[in-house]
Amino acid sequence: MSRLPTGGQVDRAAQVSFKFDGKTYAAYSGDTVASALLANDVRLMGRSFKYHRPRGVFTAGSEEPNALLEIGRGAAQLPNTRATMQEIYNGLEARSQNRWPNLNFDMMSFTDFLAPFLSAGFYYKTFMWPRKFWLKIYEPVIRRAAGLGRISGKADTAKYDKAWLHCDLLVIGSGPAGLMAALSAGKAGAKVVLAEEDFLAGGRLNGENLTISGQRGADWAAETVKKLRAMENVIVMTRTAITGAYDGGTYGALQRVSDHVAQAGAAPQQIFWRIVAKQAILAAGAHERPIAFPNNDRPGIMLASAVRTYLHRFGVAAGARVTVFSNNDEGIQTARDLLAAGVEVAALIDTRKDITPEIDCPVLTGSKVIGTKGYLGLKSVSVQRQDGSVTQISTDCLAVAGGWNPSVHLSSHMGRKPVWRDDILAFVPDKNAVPNMHYAGATTGEFSTRAALNSGLEAARAALLALGLSSKRVTLPKVEEAAFDNLAPMQIEGKSRAWLDFQNDVTVKDIKLAHRENFRSVEHMKRYTTLGMATDQGKTSNMGALAVMAELTGQSIPETGTTMFRPPFSPVQMGALAGRNTGKHFLPERRLTSDKFSREMGADWMEAGLWLRPGWFKREGETRWRQSCDREVRMVRNAVGICDVTSLGKIDVQGPDAVAFLNLLYVNKMSTLKIGKVRYGAMLREDGLVMDDGTVARLGETHYLITTTTGAAGQVMAHMEFCSQCLWSELDVHFVSVTEQWAQFAVAGPKSRELLNGLLDTPIDNDVMPYMSCGDAGLGGVAARLFRISFSGEHAYEIAVPAGYGAALMAVLVKAAEAMDGGAYGLEALSVLRIEKGFLTHAEIDGRMTADDLGLGRMVAAKDCIGREMSERVGLVQERQQLVGLKPIGTVKQIVQGAVMVDVGAAPVADNLLGHVSSTCFSPTLEHCLALGFVKNGRARMGDQVRAVDLTQGIDTLCEITSPVFFDPDGGRLRG
Amino acid sequence: MRISCPHCGERDLREYTYLGSAKLLDRPDGDAGAEAFYDYVYIRENPSGENAELWQHSSGCSAWLHVVRNVSTHEILSVKLASEAKA
Repeated sequence: MSRLPTGGQVDRAAQVSFKFDGKTYAAYSGDTVASALLANDVRLMGRSFKYHRPRGVFTAGSEEPNALLEIGRGAAQLPNTRATMQEIYNGLEARSQNRWPNLNFDMMSFTDFLAPFLSAGFYYKTFMWPRKFWLKIYEPVIRRAAGLGRISGKADTAKYDKAWLHCDLLVIGSGPAGLMAALSAGKAGAKVVLAEEDFLAGGRLNGENLTISGQRGADWAAETVKKLRAMENVIVMTRTAITGAYDGGTYGALQRVSDHVAQAGAAPQQIFWRIVAKQAILAAGAHERPIAFPNNDRPGIMLASAVRTYLHRFGVAAGARVTVFSNNDEGIQTARDLLAAGVEVAALIDTRKDITPEIDCPVLTGSKVIGTKGYLGLKSVSVQRQDGSVTQISTDCLAVAGGWNPSVHLSSHMGRKPVWRDDILAFVPDKNAVPNMHYAGATTGEFSTRAALNSGLEAARAALLALGLSSKRVTLPKVEEAAFDNLAPMQIEGKSRAWLDFQNDVTVKDIKLAHRENFRSVEHMKRYTTLGMATDQGKTSNMGALAVMAELTGQSIPETGTTMFRPPFSPVQMGALAGRNTGKHFLPERRLTSDKFSREMGADWMEAGLWLRPGWFKREGETRWRQSCDREVRMVRNAVGICDVTSLGKIDVQGPDAVAFLNLLYVNKMSTLKIGKVRYGAMLREDGLVMDDGTVARLGETHYLITTTTGAAGQVMAHMEFCSQCLWSELDVHFVSVTEQWAQFAVAGPKSRELLNGLLDTPIDNDVMPYMSCGDAGLGGVAARLFRISFSGEHAYEIAVPAGYGAALMAVLVKAAEAMDGGAYGLEALSVLRIEKGFLTHAEIDGRMTADDLGLGRMVAAKDCIGREMSERVGLVQERQQLVGLKPIGTVKQIVQGAVMVDVGAAPVADNLLGHVSSTCFSPTLEHCLALGFVKNGRARMGDQVRAVDLTQGIDTLCEITSPVFFDPDGGRLRG
Repeated sequence: MRISCPHCGERDLREYTYLGSAKLLDRPDGDAGAEAFYDYVYIRENPSGENAELWQHSSGCSAWLHVVRNVSTHEILSVKLASEAKA
């Protein structure tokens, strides 16, 4: 057991058990999967992406590149989970990834021997020939060989939420700097959110053995968090990673609410927060730098800071015989901490020559590690001493301390790159990178705890000043610690590969290759080698690669530059971004007032925009939708049909200038429309093409009701608001959408008036209610509106009642219709009826058509209106594809919607294109297929033969060009 | 990005719909001719910096807004009602 008898912040009274690759292990509450596996002497935790190299945990935090596991079972299986971030819980199941058949013996590790052929950019150079092998053989094989974890392939069963949070000050990170800043701002009364990615606040204080104001650092952190939690104006959010910094003080944050428990219960799995903060303090700390040396990727080799964290926070010795390798004082500290805990230290290897640390273990100064042994776990290291001699040291853990990189990531999310500091040989945030963001602690390049506490106070003071709050006096705690010097990132030459990016298997050699092949700019180098492009985004590798490239090009590191850091800072599951907007909740669903009634009638449903509308109403004996549709069409033509048309947009327009306003919106003149009359109208966009069509009913002196198509209702409303607020704000006109306030039903067919007269309080006739008229009506005392309009070509009405009466009216109308050999009809029949009459929908009004193309040219009045001027420009008036009807006259009787039109002898290629088919149906009235479509100069070609060709299905239909009005061309039935 | 609606206060980008340049406020007279309308409909400056734009508070009060925004930094420099922005 590597668990030490005492120490750490795990709860030794709360033992739990978990499984890794099927084997059961014991752990304590407060462990991560990584610390628990180390405590059980498990060092091998995964295989690398490309070469399938055995890997162990490398860090103790968010930046972990190696120890990625699949957590959970079934649909909830979550791949690529960092073992260092996953809290242990009783019954947790973890599995290693990217290996077959098992972790110790991975067949795919032969790829490691192929490494000479799999260098950076290999896929640009190899596996090219024969060409057709790529898709079927090379790519599938490479894809199977490379990779990380597997998803379950099933729909995620976890619940996620999205939420907003507003605060005065967001403090990112809860190390000494963040805690101090939050404490100071909290005392000053600011509304503070303190976000910490870890489940335990305190940052490095938990991983170090240091004293603050006479207390253990970890205890001081816990006490400070307790104080913060007691403040009503402070929210402490642990398990919450700030993933991105965005415009306007908006931050993305992922809270892992239930990832640490076996069952989420009522709580969501995760919440994706959008935090809006007036001020922010980035106190995200720093990541320790690795040192690249030959075979530096073996299980057991890890960062010195990680070794100290496992020791102090989890009470775990990362090895039985640890060797420390460093280029700075962190190595000495690590060795001292290990010795103090009773862990054997094989040697302290320091690259510096001029140090004489007082420590009770072998010290090799001016020395470096030049190789390692141990395939599945570190067995020994080769050390080159100052005099050039090489020593083998047997060891099972190598703690590497290469200095620190400030965590600058969030500071560059808005496009500013970090700036280089020569004195500490590291990048730090550009102070102006993110508006209203302040920086504190190791993120600024001040690595001491004292500086962190102090800069936390300073940053809080600056933020409070900007908020207009006065700082309260907060005493700076006292810390005992030695000074720290950061040294340049380093790599050690050797024959074997030295890894930079562990996760994507990028070595120093790959960077050299990129340099040789002239991919020298950091952005090119990154994409050519894939360095920093894995799920860890190169947190441990970018600096090392920069240093190698800088050395090769003879430039300094700042001259070489750094790649841009982009959100997210750490991985975010798609589920969290989606929240509850999945499946049917992706878009709202709008239902008609007659929805329940139609369901009871057995309607089949179709989507029209957000609306659900009945497609057809199946009756007994009908097995195919066409049977129902054909019957419904005949019903309307011969008797009477009822259709809920509520979903059409209805906009109530009122005011002294309403008519002037409508005149500017519609191509046709609305000023001549009399009270009680309805007119069909079309609106253009300002570029001269048709936006939408509908009816305008004049209900009173200054009162109009306009209708829009179902799909364009929102667009037309926004357009009208634009016209009224931006163009003609001097017009005294007001309008509001009343689509949902009025339920409206089409009553269509030769018996429609007879049906209505059986229901209306006052009967109507052709004098009271002629074609294209409107007026008030009463239905058993309910005030209704009646419109004599028709989208079917029949004698028809639309009757509107306040929405609350919609369901009842539908039932009454359908019952009355059925008594007259009619009944309800759906969207399919409605569509057939309108195609037979050549009426338009957005299949024709597709945003590319002029009013004239659609046969509405005569409506365009000589007056200013939106789009009139542009509708007359050259490109829109000549050689246009015009709306026509199409009738099959050859052996093929079917016309396909979307088919292209060509002349009889012409090949169906772009150069010969005459137009396209926009709508088709089988007409039960005419007993053949018919279609609406567009043909170049079509109105001058009536009677000509053309072909409608659907190349995808191979359907080639000989058609005759006809008028788009197939049925009742003189409109006698409408007026009857 | 956050925009302060004169009616509703500061709100997130998601509540707004972008249309385009505030040049759209200056519609030529109906008889100004093809050239003037061509310029109005199609010709736009493409500044890297401050740009006057039209946004609608579509998920709020429906007001059309005249917004001056730095398109390089997304800094919002001024917001007023479009109906009041016309000279």
